[in-house]
Amino acid sequence: MASKGIKDRVAIVGMGCTPFGEHWDKSVDDLLIDAAYEAYESAGINPEDVDAYWLGTMGSLSGLTLSTPLKIPYRPVTRVENFCATGSESLRQACYAVASGAYDVAMAIGVEKLKDSGYSGLVVPQPPNDGTLGNITPPASFSLLAPAYFKKYGLDPDKGKDVISRIAWKNHRNGAKNPRAQFRKEVPIEAIKNSPKVADPLGVMDCSGVSDGAAAAIVVRAEDALKYRKDPIYIKALSFIAGPGEGPMSPEYDFTTFPEVVASAKDAYAQAGIKNPRQEISMAEVHDCFTPTELVLYEDMGFSPRGTAWRDVMEGFFDLEGKLPVNPDGGLKSFGHPIGASGLRMMYEMWLQLRGEAGPRQIDNPRLGLTHNLGGAPGRCVSFVSVVGKSLG
Amino acid sequence: MAGIVSYGSYVPYRRLKRAAIAQVLGVAAVKGERAVASFDEDSVSMAVEALRDALRGTPERDVQALFFATTTPPYAEKLNAAIVGAAAQLPSEIRAADLTGSVRAGLSAMLQAADAVNAGAQHAAVAMADCRLAAPEARAEQTNGDAAAAFVIGAHDVIAEIEATASVTREFLDIWRAPGERFAHTWEERFALTQAYTPALSGVIHNVLAKANLAPSELARVIIDAPNARAADECLRALKIDPGRVADPFAATIGQAGAAHAGLMLAGALPAAKPGDRILVAVAGDGADALLLRVTPAAAHFRPRHSVGGMIESKGDVSYAAYLKWREILPTEPPRRPDPDRPAAPPMLRSEQWKFGLVGTRCIACGTAQLPPQRVCVKCRTRDQMEPYPFADRRARIATFALDRLAYSLNPPTVNVVIDFEGGGRFLCEMTDCEPEKIAIGDEVEMTFRRLFTADGVHNYFWKARPRR
Repeated sequence: MASKGIKDRVAIVGMGCTPFGEHWDKSVDDLLIDAAYEAYESAGINPEDVDAYWLGTMGSLSGLTLSTPLKIPYRPVTRVENFCATGSESLRQACYAVASGAYDVAMAIGVEKLKDSGYSGLVVPQPPNDGTLGNITPPASFSLLAPAYFKKYGLDPDKGKDVISRIAWKNHRNGAKNPRAQFRKEVPIEAIKNSPKVADPLGVMDCSGVSDGAAAAIVVRAEDALKYRKDPIYIKALSFIAGPGEGPMSPEYDFTTFPEVVASAKDAYAQAGIKNPRQEISMAEVHDCFTPTELVLYEDMGFSPRGTAWRDVMEGFFDLEGKLPVNPDGGLKSFGHPIGASGLRMMYEMWLQLRGEAGPRQIDNPRLGLTHNLGGAPGRCVSFVSVVGKSLG
Repeated sequence: MAGIVSYGSYVPYRRLKRAAIAQVLGVAAVKGERAVASFDEDSVSMAVEALRDALRGTPERDVQALFFATTTPPYAEKLNAAIVGAAAQLPSEIRAADLTGSVRAGLSAMLQAADAVNAGAQHAAVAMADCRLAAPEARAEQTNGDAAAAFVIGAHDVIAEIEATASVTREFLDIWRAPGERFAHTWEERFALTQAYTPALSGVIHNVLAKANLAPSELARVIIDAPNARAADECLRALKIDPGRVADPFAATIGQAGAAHAGLMLAGALPAAKPGDRILVAVAGDGADALLLRVTPAAAHFRPRHSVGGMIESKGDVSYAAYLKWREILPTEPPRRPDPDRPAAPPMLRSEQWKFGLVGTRCIACGTAQLPPQRVCVKCRTRDQMEPYPFADRRARIATFALDRLAYSLNPPTVNVVIDFEGGGRFLCEMTDCEPEKIAIGDEVEMTFRRLFTADGVHNYFWKARPRR
């Protein structure tokens, strides 16, 4: 695969992120305005300085969704959608646009308003179809990972439940330190283990938060970055992989891995020149839509050798104080998951951490951060991996 | 002369104990239990099950007519037989009709099929199924049962030859149900017994025996079905039929299966029949039909895959409360999830073979079986080298599964299984007729045609897995 990457050619010079949660008093327009203006101010620019926009949203339609409330003066606004990785996709497009030289300044912005629907969980609208597509909700489709992983690596169901519960416990513990997170309190592990079942063995507390929110980033070419601020962050790698959907069709697939994640991590590490992610990555925001997802991701991204991530979880390797903190901002679990905004929210934590602004969550002198965002279901998904750093080279 | 070439039957997995109904409602309990179509079954889906079994004895392509009989058609307008034919993979060059309006429709359909064969059709298929509803506290709520039967009628290699038929049609009011009504009304019992069913049945039975020059004592098996059970008893008594020669009516195990009932009794009686046996089938309803069969030596060579007795044994209980929810007699709190969208007509037409027949593809280049149907091979990536590959009759094993308590269902949790078919092919689908807490990786499953949901009046049929029965 010829993926050359754009290492050190693009920098993020400003970001904004609304608190995630139940914004009963804010519309999509409000969330977009809040995130966009925070990003403008962060970069020290005016709205008219942005040459082009990429808007990531699952449910809010066209570029006009952004240009109308912001009164963008006749500029290109592209709406992108790529399931739950939509926010990351908008960032990737904005970065490429700037790297190509077509524009000097671009904004990637993502938004979702999930709470207005009145439904439990996420509802993904389907195009007209023949009625054979099945009736499986996201927690059920991701729950397929748990028994498969437990069985393959010899964890009895109780032990397995301990492991995934600890992932939720860790993410809530991190989120409790984050003023913008949807759920800002620690949750006792017993409460997580005993939460009402949604898709066995997953309980409500194994699921990411359904929420409203928006996040935005201003990107420029790396050579221009210091004109905007002294402490930009630099894009080291951007990888996006869509799989052929073999999992639900091929008996070889065993539901203990996301081949798309393996491919996108490999691609991103090649772009960034990373040989040993477990050692070289300072911190990561990963797509913990459901707790078993995060468990499997550790192995797919090379943070843990196959079959050992559960042990790393129990030993605190991924805790905020651990060797490789994962989801220091609370993750989808505690920060919340407004689809189109999540990928940019992950980047927002990298923005804070790499620049020493993460407050009580601050990780000691991080050098390289990774974000991972996926959409779809085990065996049939899209996966995004980025690597960002605080210095060139 | 025309006769039965092969047959099949279907009894749904669920049973409702009559005592459980009686206990809730404070009414007298009828003995035994009744068969209950699951929340995802109806007369069409049950007919498909029975017909698929019957067709195992006949090449589908040789069937030239299909008659579907029921008093509970899922569609009032739209040919229900077309769905049955598509799911059973009958050819499209076929005559098809729904017969309804009376429990007599099942036997009427057999007579129509016999006429079609006598007029030159190679084979004519009959599928009869019913899912009759009665109001809580009605005796029929306890005595009804849901079931299906199917027969292939042909002129050659028949296992039971049709020796004679007789019919009488009388206009009288006993059972009626206007369009839109869920429960049937009935007139006072003594009137129908003395003035309608007993005379009609006696008349057709007399006529059909006279045509074959046969005395009642020469009948090896007798099947008489009437909406009023006492009418059947009176006829049997008048004919001096020894109780040992009366076919099992499955009263305590299945219940009265409407238009499918006589067919079900016949399917139950045929396995034990000996060459030369005479079997009388008579059904009353706005008159009566009678059919006289003579069993041939070929009967010894045909056994349906599922016997009625075997399916009576293969069962699991349903509570009365669940039954009331399934039939939407008891309204319940809707889920905080959107209603399912109705399936769209053009995609359904494009994928008719897949949706109704569970026909996938197999790559000619590398031999990999795959579903849903693909153009580019999932294994070797070769484009457009696919042949149709049917999965409906293949067994599979559970690779993994998920219990979904969030998805919309009349019977939560929705059980989703990833299954691997014998001979290749993996599929993620719903599982039905199972006890969720007992499912295990490695369990063997078979495919069953079901109604997934109804939206905007469109019944969405597709296939599910079920434990092997």
